[in-house]
Amino acid sequence: MKDRRRKLQETLISLPSLFWLSLFFVVPTLFVFSVALRPANPYGGIAPGWTWANIRSLANPNYLVVAWRTVWISVASTLICIMLAVPISYYLARVSAKWKNVFLMLIIVPFWTNFLIRIFAWKVLLHPDGAIKKILAFSGLVSPQASLLYNAGAVVLITVYTFLPFTILPLYAAAEKFDFQLLEAARDLGARRFQAFAKIFLPGVRGGLITAVLFVFIPALGSYVIPDIVGGPGGEMLGNKIAQRVFVDRNLPQAAALSVVLILSVLAPLAAVLILQRKREKSPSLLEVNR
Amino acid sequence: MRRSRWPFLVTMAVLFFFYLPIIILIVNSFNASRFETGWQGFSLIWYERLFHEPEIWRAAKNSLIIAAVATALSLVIGTTAAVALHRFARSRLQSFHFGLIYTPLVVPEILMGISLLMVFVAAGIKLGLFTIFLAHVTFCISFVAMTVLARLQDFDLSIIEAAQDLGAGWWTTTRRVLLPLLLPGLIAGGLLAFTLSIDDFVITFFVAGPGSTTLPIRVYSMIKFGSPPLINALSTILLVLTFTLVAASQRLSRSER
Repeated sequence: MKDRRRKLQETLISLPSLFWLSLFFVVPTLFVFSVALRPANPYGGIAPGWTWANIRSLANPNYLVVAWRTVWISVASTLICIMLAVPISYYLARVSAKWKNVFLMLIIVPFWTNFLIRIFAWKVLLHPDGAIKKILAFSGLVSPQASLLYNAGAVVLITVYTFLPFTILPLYAAAEKFDFQLLEAARDLGARRFQAFAKIFLPGVRGGLITAVLFVFIPALGSYVIPDIVGGPGGEMLGNKIAQRVFVDRNLPQAAALSVVLILSVLAPLAAVLILQRKREKSPSLLEVNR
Repeated sequence: MRRSRWPFLVTMAVLFFFYLPIIILIVNSFNASRFETGWQGFSLIWYERLFHEPEIWRAAKNSLIIAAVATALSLVIGTTAAVALHRFARSRLQSFHFGLIYTPLVVPEILMGISLLMVFVAAGIKLGLFTIFLAHVTFCISFVAMTVLARLQDFDLSIIEAAQDLGAGWWTTTRRVLLPLLLPGLIAGGLLAFTLSIDDFVITFFVAGPGSTTLPIRVYSMIKFGSPPLINALSTILLVLTFTLVAASQRLSRSER
């Protein structure tokens, strides 16, 4: 009797969120898959009937170029973020508690500003008449005609700027729990500084490293605003193509087919992490046995 | 053991990288020059111009209305979700429920935007402030639920049982024990939802119709087609507002720990 009442209570209190998220998150996501198999109607809507045409049109060489660019921009941004976030989290984990809080605040505060405004600020900074361009041209690092804006490089730079804090925070959380005496032990046993760092520290913060990678890589894959504002035609990504099909061609089924590709490519790294973690649970590493 | 100086140098360089664009933007908002090429004296002209742009104020009003109603509804739904997740933690329904709350947090915004757009178009719902409101509630629920859940996990639920043992009914327990304990979590979650809603561009852009411009959409079209000095001034004002709001929410959630 009490059990049944408890079950009823649980259902009642879970109902609002279950209902809302099913209706406005699960159903729409599944709906995208079905729209991808529908013909478009000329008024920007979805026509009845079924077709493979949208899926087939994905083989368009233009899309392949954009898909490849989306992947490499995301990979490059992720690598740069990790290369910067690892030393920062290492430093934050070892600095005194007072400075730690100051630095953490300093890292978070700039990201309280609106995302669009941060991209705009970079657009101003990289402007052909802006300070950075003048310094680089003056020092002969870039030719005076070269543009710092509207290319894939600008997209990578601003993607790194946008997502770096989200890689620093999980890595820092992992580094906080790392036992730095292990590094000293490795040094005492004859490991060089970099060797100790690569073989002891990096595996030690593995969990944070995986979270950090996902926190840049997944949003970078779905990036749309950054390439739209600073990418130009040479920096277009999958998200821009989806937006063009929606806002320029008014072809929702085509946009749905592209979105299916994006959904699947977001699921791939998530699935990879889940499989890796399960494998790892079966064969614990040396480090964990020792603890 | 001598420590490497690299980590320190990288940290300093990255902090410089973080602040450089924002500082330039704030400085430029007080620049009398129309172009970003050099300093031509201190001026408040761009702030003054801002007051003569009715479209910005209309967009700001839309943003505030949507943020207020979306925050209210997502607070109710997110809080009930958090209570369910916490109280019935081990049931199978709740592990599904948790997945449902968690997934929207990792899905790229553009996917949520486009899928909602397709459902609205297929269902024949007119795009406008109402569809923006529905979308905002959807992504705010997860953030509210996570914030309130963190607060719930911090305290001992046995006091609720104690209240019930002492004869308090369901309503009395909720109103006199659960809600006061949850209040800081509710305020933090509410402020978070409010800022997320006010700030959102991508999802809003997909589900907005003609005539339902919000502030970020207005800022976007100014970036693409408009006058840079005006955006500098508007950005600086928004920056100050967000800082105040977030600082308040941080202080609230910290003072209760």
